[in-house]
Amino acid sequence: MGRFVARRLLLTIPVLIGATFLIFAMVYALPGDPIRALAGDRPLAPAVQAQLADEFNLNDPLWLQYVKYVGDLVQGDFGTDFSGRPVSDTIEQRLPVTAKLALAAVIFEAVIGLIAGILAGIRRGSWFDNLVLVSTTLIVSVPVFVLGFIAQYVLGLKFGWFPTSGIGDGWYSYVLPGLVLASLSLAYVARLTRTSLAENLRQDYVRTARAKGLKPSVVIGKHTLRNSLIPVVTFIGADIGALMGGAIVTESIFNIPGLGRAVYDAVLRQEGAVVVGIVTLFVFFYIFFNLVVDVLYALLDPRIRYD
Amino acid sequence: MITTSSAITSTPRPASTTPVLEVDDLTVEFRTPKGVVNAVNGISYSVSEGETVAILGESGSGKSVSVQAVMGILDSPPGHITNGRVLFQGRDLLTATPEEQRAVRGPGIAMIFQDALSSLNPVFTVGHQIGEMFRAHRGASRKEAKEAAVELLDRVRIPDARRRANAYPHQFSGGMRQRVMIAMALALDPKLLIADEPTTALDVTVQAQIMDLLKDLQRDTGMGLLLITHDLGVVNEVADKVLVMYAGRVVETGTVDEVFSDPSHPYTEGLMASVPSVEGVSTRLRPIVGTPPDLSRIPTGCSFHPRCPRRVLEGAPPGKDCDDDVPLLLPVGAPGRASACHYREEVLRARSTAAGV
Amino acid sequence: MTEPQTERVTSTLEAEVAGSAPIAEASLWSDAWKSLRKNPFFIVGSVLLLVFLVMALFPQLFTNADPRACDLSRSADGPSGSAWFGYDVQGCDYYANVVYGAKVSVTIGFLSMLGTLVIGVVVGAIAGYYGGWLDSVLARITDIFYGLPLILGAFILLSVLPDRGVPEVSLALIVFGWMTAMRLVRSTVVSVKDADYVQAARALGASTPRILIRHILPNAIAPVLVYSTIYIGTLIAAEATLTFLGIGLQLPEISWGLQINSAQNRLRDASHLILFPSAFLSLTVLSFILIGDALRDALDPKLR
Repeated sequence: MGRFVARRLLLTIPVLIGATFLIFAMVYALPGDPIRALAGDRPLAPAVQAQLADEFNLNDPLWLQYVKYVGDLVQGDFGTDFSGRPVSDTIEQRLPVTAKLALAAVIFEAVIGLIAGILAGIRRGSWFDNLVLVSTTLIVSVPVFVLGFIAQYVLGLKFGWFPTSGIGDGWYSYVLPGLVLASLSLAYVARLTRTSLAENLRQDYVRTARAKGLKPSVVIGKHTLRNSLIPVVTFIGADIGALMGGAIVTESIFNIPGLGRAVYDAVLRQEGAVVVGIVTLFVFFYIFFNLVVDVLYALLDPRIRYD
Repeated sequence: MITTSSAITSTPRPASTTPVLEVDDLTVEFRTPKGVVNAVNGISYSVSEGETVAILGESGSGKSVSVQAVMGILDSPPGHITNGRVLFQGRDLLTATPEEQRAVRGPGIAMIFQDALSSLNPVFTVGHQIGEMFRAHRGASRKEAKEAAVELLDRVRIPDARRRANAYPHQFSGGMRQRVMIAMALALDPKLLIADEPTTALDVTVQAQIMDLLKDLQRDTGMGLLLITHDLGVVNEVADKVLVMYAGRVVETGTVDEVFSDPSHPYTEGLMASVPSVEGVSTRLRPIVGTPPDLSRIPTGCSFHPRCPRRVLEGAPPGKDCDDDVPLLLPVGAPGRASACHYREEVLRARSTAAGV
Repeated sequence: MTEPQTERVTSTLEAEVAGSAPIAEASLWSDAWKSLRKNPFFIVGSVLLLVFLVMALFPQLFTNADPRACDLSRSADGPSGSAWFGYDVQGCDYYANVVYGAKVSVTIGFLSMLGTLVIGVVVGAIAGYYGGWLDSVLARITDIFYGLPLILGAFILLSVLPDRGVPEVSLALIVFGWMTAMRLVRSTVVSVKDADYVQAARALGASTPRILIRHILPNAIAPVLVYSTIYIGTLIAAEATLTFLGIGLQLPEISWGLQINSAQNRLRDASHLILFPSAFLSLTVLSFILIGDALRDALDPKLR
């Protein structure tokens, strides 16, 4: 088990380096002049330009800029934005907001998705199964930002049940955005659970369990569910990382001051250091949760553990 | 459906003990979107204590479905039992409540399957899966169940049983896995063991070991053994009685010696001619021409007639037209033998005269 | 005596096996077609898709109004008998605008799907067929791109591109979206590259490209078809999302994302401005998902 984790950890290093370099290259190497963008319409004195370029290592070749950046990064230095504020301060302030949002989303995704999927999978062809099929198809078809508007309009404005903007109401303000952020994954979890359960119900070992004279509740609850949930649990785990990165749309619609919103603002202002810093963090979380999931997978499935 | 056959086959064999299992006119169909598949069409047989009955047939002859119906583990839908009785120790399982049926599975009738790898749950240790029998049916504690599982693994001759009980199915070889299945099936001393192609997936040498083990265990426990197979060699070695199935029907039944040495149905005859005999002179193998019938479109009359080398179509005596009249399973030759062929006497005689020449 | 006999039996068996492959293949597709024709979801999806395809190609068939003929005096007027969908903020006929919006959505959907497939098939086939270190390297590269979610990656890439038209948006969606197609193709190639008939083709001296194209890749058609159909829906939604975020298509392009974007602050007083493009957008995505789901059910006999 220890060796398995170690090998997986080693494999993530090139991925982490590659992904951060990809972001770095996109932000700094492609056309677009960050210094001119910072200055806006004001003309800049060449000396100031040169000084700024030097400060942000803009005259170095790209790979050297990257190496310097990573060197700072491993010491916890994410650089500063154009106003001189450390990017790490922004992260520190906004990470808890995005984390709460992602947590709310994962809870919705797991609870609603699993229950709907299990009930539909056990009673295939029932009205509930059809309801799950139709509603998940609809949810998947409506883009998240449209769903956000619908939720805002119906649940927020028409009924006034939920706040529609900001995080002024504590945990309660995360309910609606969390639900919207979770919607796509929720539908996917429900469908995955349903198919996985239905597939497992056809397995030979389920027939064996019945031939052993086990109670139907044991046949389904123990011999079928345990195996069926392996892919679902791993999907949900990996999704935590993806949800954080996907928060950009939800946070924009619901005006939530999280990391997604920060990236959105920084991209529009062409603040390279902020964009690279936060997106690197997203990638890190994504990779981290995937690693957790791989270990989880091995714990749940002995066939992998003893490979 | 014509079912007069039951009178003959359910007659207890002389000098035999009471039947553990009596199947009477069992009929199973699958209702699929493409139509009804008539998998089992009124078969009857019985298994007594200590007796080994083999159901022999090609894949798609309905032999596995028939025992799944007996076991009460038929996938339904699409499978439906439309007729018949399944008497276990005299009690009809088909009319019993699900809870009563469940109580029979394990302590009454147990079953082992062809593919032990897929038939064992991959995420539980084998010790746990065997012990589950004691926990579910006898309310044993976790510890007692574990001990009992180790004992059983030892009994099916798995070396180092105590340690191996903590291993997972994928960590065993094919033969060892089948032993685990057998241990699980025997846990509660069943009166009847159904073995559905228990050795098909195994190497020849391992096959023999597993069959020997089954025979030894049967001798120890006195259980009845219902063996489903397409392997003539296995039937020949271990079975007392054989039922030959074709297209969901029993076409011939009798003791293995009688049926194998002197078939009275052209299909059985064909089966015998299509396998090489080890000690025999190198005679030419004669495969049965054609393919087994589609069970959703079983041929009229005798279902074997399109492939039958002995069929009589024109000029047949009334009621004996092979493509029109369904042959009943009727006595032929020695007492207890039966064959579902209009010309069973002729088939039997043709061979004895040929042997005489 | 027995030997030639056995040989003949074997050769007929081989002929049978060889003959059964195309038959099985043909029956897979004809069976699929039979079950599709009876699937109500497939029929609804196809009708919807047909409507939106025609709308994208010939918007004039749906409206006589000019989407760019605007009159500020009727700004954001609600739906009425003369203008079914009302007027937008600029006072342009909204129905005409929404109808004309189908074009870029469908174009970007198909264009980026095509690009995704080209990369996915080529990289997936190479990784799967050659295996070894090449496969490992390509797998790591795929992981790298997986690290950036589609919307986020495309968002950043578009923000640094000087122009943001249909080709640029498609490019961004391809760059950050090819990975799943690649894995799909790769796994199919891996699963069949050692099959007996591929070995046989190799033994007969067929060239690598020929083996890949004639014998291996056809196995990927069914899964890739299912995936692409559903994925076009995802791509169309992604384009609208990027445009809505202000980083995709730009004015004066007519697009659902732009329409929703410019109406986003009018949710309270002019909700029709959000409702109509959202509904068209969602129905377009829905049509692809319905067809894709139906295709999967029809092509995967396991699930039947």
